[in-house]
Formats: sequence, C-alpha cells, structure tokens
Amino acid sequence: MEQAPPDPERQLQPAPLEPLGSPDAGLGAAVGKEAEGAGEESSGVDTVFVVVVVLFTFVQMTHNNFWLKKIEISVSEAEKRTGRNAMNMQETYTAYLIETRSVEHTDGQSVLTDSLWRRYSEFELLRSYLLVYYPHIVVPPLPEKRAEFVWHKLSADNMDPDFVERRRIGLENFLLRIASHPILCRDKIFYLFLTQEGNWKETVNETGFQLKADSRLKALNATFRVKNPDKRFTDLKHYSDELQSVISHLLRVRARVADRLYGVYKVHGNYGRVFSEWSAIEKEMGDGLQSAGHHMDVYASSIDDILEDEEHYADQLKEYLFYAEALRAVCRKHELMQYDLEMAAQDLASKKQQCEELVTGTVRTFSLKGMTTKLFGQETPEQREARIKVLEEQINEGEQQLKSKNLEGREFVKNAWADIERFKEQKNRDLKEALISYAVMQISMCKKGIQVWTNAKECFSKM
Amino acid sequence: MEGERRASQAPSSGLPAGGANGESPGGGAPFPGSSGSSALLQAEVLDLDEDEDDLEVFSKDASLMDMNSFSPMMPTSPLSMINQIKFEDEPDLKDLFITVDEPESHVTTIETFITYRIITKTSRGEFDSSEFEVRRRYQDFLWLKGKLEEAHPTLIIPPLPEKFIVKGMVERFNDDFIETRRKALHKFLNRIADHPTLTFNEDFKIFLTAQAWELSSHKKQGPGLLSRMGQTVRAVASSMRGVKNRPEEFMEMNNFIELFSQKINLIDKISQRIYKEEREYFDEMKEYGPIHILWSASEEDLVDTLKDVASCIDRCCKATEKRMSGLSEALLPVVHEYVLYSEMLMPILSVCFNVKGVMKRRDQIQAELDSKVEVLTYKKADTDLLPEEIGKLEDKVECANNALKADWERWKQNMQNDIKLAFTDMAEENIHYYEQCLATWESFLTSQTNLHLEEASEDKP
Repeated sequence: MEQAPPDPERQLQPAPLEPLGSPDAGLGAAVGKEAEGAGEESSGVDTVFVVVVVLFTFVQMTHNNFWLKKIEISVSEAEKRTGRNAMNMQETYTAYLIETRSVEHTDGQSVLTDSLWRRYSEFELLRSYLLVYYPHIVVPPLPEKRAEFVWHKLSADNMDPDFVERRRIGLENFLLRIASHPILCRDKIFYLFLTQEGNWKETVNETGFQLKADSRLKALNATFRVKNPDKRFTDLKHYSDELQSVISHLLRVRARVADRLYGVYKVHGNYGRVFSEWSAIEKEMGDGLQSAGHHMDVYASSIDDILEDEEHYADQLKEYLFYAEALRAVCRKHELMQYDLEMAAQDLASKKQQCEELVTGTVRTFSLKGMTTKLFGQETPEQREARIKVLEEQINEGEQQLKSKNLEGREFVKNAWADIERFKEQKNRDLKEALISYAVMQISMCKKGIQVWTNAKECFSKM
Repeated sequence: MEGERRASQAPSSGLPAGGANGESPGGGAPFPGSSGSSALLQAEVLDLDEDEDDLEVFSKDASLMDMNSFSPMMPTSPLSMINQIKFEDEPDLKDLFITVDEPESHVTTIETFITYRIITKTSRGEFDSSEFEVRRRYQDFLWLKGKLEEAHPTLIIPPLPEKFIVKGMVERFNDDFIETRRKALHKFLNRIADHPTLTFNEDFKIFLTAQAWELSSHKKQGPGLLSRMGQTVRAVASSMRGVKNRPEEFMEMNNFIELFSQKINLIDKISQRIYKEEREYFDEMKEYGPIHILWSASEEDLVDTLKDVASCIDRCCKATEKRMSGLSEALLPVVHEYVLYSEMLMPILSVCFNVKGVMKRRDQIQAELDSKVEVLTYKKADTDLLPEEIGKLEDKVECANNALKADWERWKQNMQNDIKLAFTDMAEENIHYYEQCLATWESFLTSQTNLHLEEASEDKP
C-alpha cells in the first residue's frame, strides 16, 4: 500500500456520501452470512468464529473520474494469539481480522482489497489519535475492554467466546461508525488502519499526536476555573452525566432481571425430569406426565436464546453509555479553549494596564518594579521607553493571538455543535430502534411461552 | 422386612434432608428411576437443599398434615361451594357443606391461641338442625383427627396442616401462616365430609355441631364403641408386624407410595423454588420500569417511547404478581397436601396385614396349646373358643383389608384428579400471564409504528 506521509490533516481523495441507512441497519441486513471456515471451533489456542459480514457502503469519487466503488468493511474473525509484550513477557491476546472489500458497481462482485489483523490496543491507538485531531467531533466509542454488567456469573472472562464474539461485533460497529462519519472517514490514518498492516503504529506515533494531547490536569483545571463557558456546553455536560448514570443503572438492573428470569425458567426444567420419572409408576397419568415433562424441558432451555438476544440489546445501550464519555470530551475541549481564551484576554488586559501606567507615570497597581523603583530610585527614561516598547510589542502579539483564539473558539463551537446535532439525531434514531427491538424480543418470548404452556396444558388435561 | 423398615423410617425421612442428596428420601434400596434423579438435577440449576429449612422441619407428630383448599378459589360460604364442588365417584348430591373462616385471636392468662369459625349447612336427618356455627382451635382439629384414626385405622385420614414451622416459630400468628392454615383446615374438614365412611363418623358430627363446653366434656369420655373395635383390630395388626408374606397388591401399594412420596416431595420443592424465583424476578422488575421514566426526563425526543416502555414493564410486573398468586393458591397447597399424605400413607400400609399371616398366627397359637398337656377345663374351653375368636378376627382383618383397598383406590383417584387439576391450573396461569404481556408489548409496538406513519419520517424499513 502507498506510504502515506505522516500528515493526518491531509484528507483522502475519497469523499463519502451519505451512508445507506445507519450502521445498525447494515448490521441487521447481513447477519448470518457465513464465510468458509466459519463455525468450526478448533481445539487449542486458535479459536475461529463465525463470520458476520456487515455491509456498509460509501461512495468513492476522484475529482476527475467518476466511478462508483463500494467499500465494505468487516471484522470477520477473532483469533487467540500468543506473543511477547513490551516487557518481553509472554501474553495471550485476541487478534481481529479486518477485511475491506470493494464491490464493482456493475456486476456486484466483491473483491477483497485488503485484509489485516489488528488487536484491541491498536483500535485504542486509533481512537486516541482521532480524539486529539478531531476534538470537536463526538468520536465513536470502542466496545468495552472488560465485560461489565454481566448477569451470568460465568461470562466475566475476557477470553470467553461469547464475550469475544460480542466484542468483534462491537469493533466492527466502531469502524463502521467512523466510516459513515462525514469528516472522520476521510482521515488518512483511519484509511491506513484498514490497509497498512506493518508500520501503522509507527506512522501514527510519528504524527506526534500524543504531544498535542491536552493533559488531563490542564483540562481539570480549566473545568474549575473557566468563567464564561458556553451555556450549551454546560448543559451538554450535564446531559452526558445523566445519560451515563441512567444507562448504567438500567444495565445493572437489566442484568439482575435477566439473572432472575434465568432462574425461573431453569427451575421448570426440573419438573421435566421428575415428571418423566413419575410417569414410570403411573399407569393412567403416565403418558400425559411424560409429554408434559418434555414441554417443561423445552421451556427451560428456551431462555438461553432469549437472553442471548437481550445481550445484543444491552450492547446497543452500552455503546451510548460510552458515547457519553465522548460527549464529555468535546465539552472538556471547549472548556479548555475557553479558559485559554480567558487567560489570554486577562493577560492582555493586564499588559495594557501596565503599559498605560508606564506611559502616564501613575502607579495604580502594585508591581515589583514599582517597589524597586521606590527603594532604589527611578529608572531612566531610556529604560522606561524600552519597557514600553516591549510591552507594546507584546500587546500587539497578544491582540493577534486573542483574535485568532477567538476565531478558533468560534469555529470550534460551530463545528462541534454541528457534529453534536448530527450525533443527537443518530442517538435518537438508534435508541428508539433499540427500544423497539426490545419490545420485539419480549413479544417473541411471550409467544414462545404461550406455545409451550398451551402444549403443557393439553398434556396435563389428558392425564 | 425391608418394606417394613422403610415404612417405619418414612415419617422422619419423608422429606429430603437438607445438605444431603435431596433427591432420594428414605433409605433403602433405590428404585429404578430414582437413582437417576440425583444426577439429573444440575447443581447450577437447582440447589434444592439451600435454605429450604422451613419445608424440612415438621412436627414430631407425623399425623399432622397440611390440608388445603378444596378448590383454588376460596369459597366464602357453604352455599357458594355448591357451584365449585368437584364431584368424585359419588354422583349423589352433597348434603354437608362446611366452611372455615374468620380466624380470631384469644388471649388468656396462660396462652394466646387462634380459633376459627366453622359453619356447617346440612340437610341430613341425623343433624338436629340445618345450620351450625361453632368456633374451634387447632387442638380441637388434632383431637378429631386422632379420633378418626382410632376409629378407622385402615382408612386414609386427610392430613392436617403442620403444627408449627420451627423457622417461623416467632411468627406463629403472622397473617400468611394463619391464612395458609385456615385454608388447610377448610380442606381437611371437606375431605372428611366427602369421604363415604368418615362423613358419618360420630366425633366428626360432634366436632361440627357441639358448643365449646359440650365438646370438652365429650373429649373427656372414654373411647366409643367404634373406636374400641378399631383398637382391637389395631392391636392384632401390630402383632402382625413383621409378617413376611404380604399379598401382591400391598407390595404394589408400598412401592407406589415410596416412589410417589419421592416424586411429590421433589415436586413440592421445585414448586416452592419456582415461587421464590418468581418473587425475586418480580422484585427486580419493580425497579426496572421506573428507570425508563427517569431516563425520559433527560431525553426530549424519546420521552414518549421511554414512558411507554416503562408502563409496559410495569404491566408485565403486575401480570407476574398475578401469576405468583395463582401458583400459591392452586398448585402449592395441593402439592404440599400430597406430600403430607404420602408421609402418612407409609405407616398405614405397614399396618396392613394379610390373611395368610393370620392363619399362621392361629397355627402358632394352636401348636402352643397342643404342647401343653395339662389342659384344664377352663383352658379347654379357651382352646375351643380360641379358633372361633381367631376366625372372627380373620373376618375383621379381611374387612379391614378391603376397606383399605377401597379407600386406597379412592385416594388414588382423587390424587390423580387433584394433581391433574392443579397442574392444568398452573399452565393456565402461565398462558394467561404470557398473553397479557404479549398484548402489552404488541400495543406498544403498534403505537410506535403508528407514530412513525404519522411523523412520516424516513425510518428503517
């Protein structure tokens, strides 16, 4: 692949059009398609998972030629690997296969253009980079690193196949979200992430983004000291706090409800066994008992699929839980910039005042120079002139800076707010869809329940 | 011998011991089917032994059994029962209607106790009146049961509710306990009333009709004629204990009772556990709905959707509550009653005896007498009398056997009907529950899609 110059600001030639539906719609469209080699679980270290190809399309155009080329991105496999880490200690990690396909418009055939393996830490690196270079964008979150809000005591393990599978889907979703974002999708580093296996890490690091990152301490300081933040951002911060708290709470309770529901269903399975044993000694009731028992078993085992579906719903909510943090990051950046601006303005004002004092000869404010002057005598007019000159220069510079900071600030607010609006609409769409899908799940669960118990009732009444 | 031993062990080990392998109560050789049961209950799914204490401790008196409502819905008056009676093998109309209600607390210097009001309505001639109202306490019920057992040692007497539950000793008079007991006592009396033989028992009649002082003085009297007869039969029966050759049918009964006892105990535990799980599910669900309301406060565009979801969840919550109460009304009491029945039946069957055994005994007595050379006239008269007496005893024994057999058949029939009904009810409750939830969510879905159509926004297909 072409070696990209380490300039992340440079935009890629391809420009996106509106994605076809939301990424989630894409997810829904293609679930279930299996690639070769899928589904087999080999023993040993390697575990290969079912491929779920998710389709996302964006249109590629060059400024001269106009040819339509669809790109599909999928995280199709996950594999356990062992290797040595930075401290030369052996470690086990999971690697994910990212495949990019281009689809010829005319015949619809897809050709694999790129495929490479990435591990979770590389995704994290990508995201950190995006956060630094696009501070006004609500950057899509990664799926959780560790399983939280688990209802099933067994699945808190990172190497658990179900967790890895859900993470695979989450990583794919992450990439799709970026690819469907009007601005982020043009980023070179993102493009390289998909296409350049070796050296990508170095390339990212060469951008020096870590240096550009704002220190956490600075940000915290700004949060406390900023005097005139934009009210909209303050409100947004409150909103994101509320969102995070309410979704966490919801996920926690949901996990407990799921646990209890599991208990109710599974205990019924015991009826199955006892009934079939009992039927052995009953002459008249025997058949009825036996078949009723079978239905109880069916009932008990139906909960596994039901709860698995619910896990996907929980994941959809989790994404927005993590999005709350991304929102807060944008607010923080605004606060920093605002604080910076306020400090610069303050500094300028004080310099102007100093200058004025020197020029008019009045000392209104305490200054060290004033003190020393009093103690050691007045300075010479030449010295004073020199100082005034320096100050005037600084004032000029300061005014320029203030102007550009103001401009920057306004640009930031404008762009950020545009993205926030975009985000809000996406969120409303997605959450509504998630809630509706939850209802659909409940309906399916009820229908299954009705069927099983109707069958059981028939058996009982025939006893 | 084996059957004997098992039977005598039954009262104490009728329920699975906590901690130990809970699936095979009663020692002795495992039956075909029962050895599988321990492996079948997975540890992760059901830990039957954890804190089921209240089920395991019963009073030492094995004759105290739990009695439960005749029908799932508690009739409030004898008249309303006419519409809810389950007719058994007797197609005749019931002429004796009994209700137990209005528990009242009485405090004396010595003790505090509860009495229950018992209303009897009857058209029978032998009753002085057509309606009676008396108050009885648990002790009185115990007395009645004792008398019935004395008088009819070979009949299956219905069980009484437990005397106390050790775990809940302090809450002896808590509302739930009293209500459960009241229902059980109601069931107890009605079962007696429906029994072709027991219903005409004199003590039963006195229990239903006598005033408090009359009852106490009656209690003090010695055993009546019937019970004296019963005593003799019983005495003979106990001397027959240890008889080796039992007729086939009684062996069969024994086997059945053992297996049945195992199974019904398991079912009892499972049902109680289901109730517990449903209750905990309900408790969590109660918290689940309101969170969506909380969330709707910070979302402008999703307010309605979130509020609707919350109300759906709440409605499902209520449906769960109803399902739970259905379980505790219909299934749990019935299953529990049969647990107590099964405990009680073991000893009864051990009392049953066979004609061959009687013959053997008679031969033994005969042989004994023959060996004694000095036969006084008195004794000679005795030896002449003895075979006659034994012959009479043989008849009595045969009658008793037949009575037991008939009662056993009747009991079995009842059991099958009751179990069948209880489980059918449970299935019905579950169907109803899911139907309600389905309707709730479906209407939510319709309202959402209608909104979509109204807004005419480009949502997902």
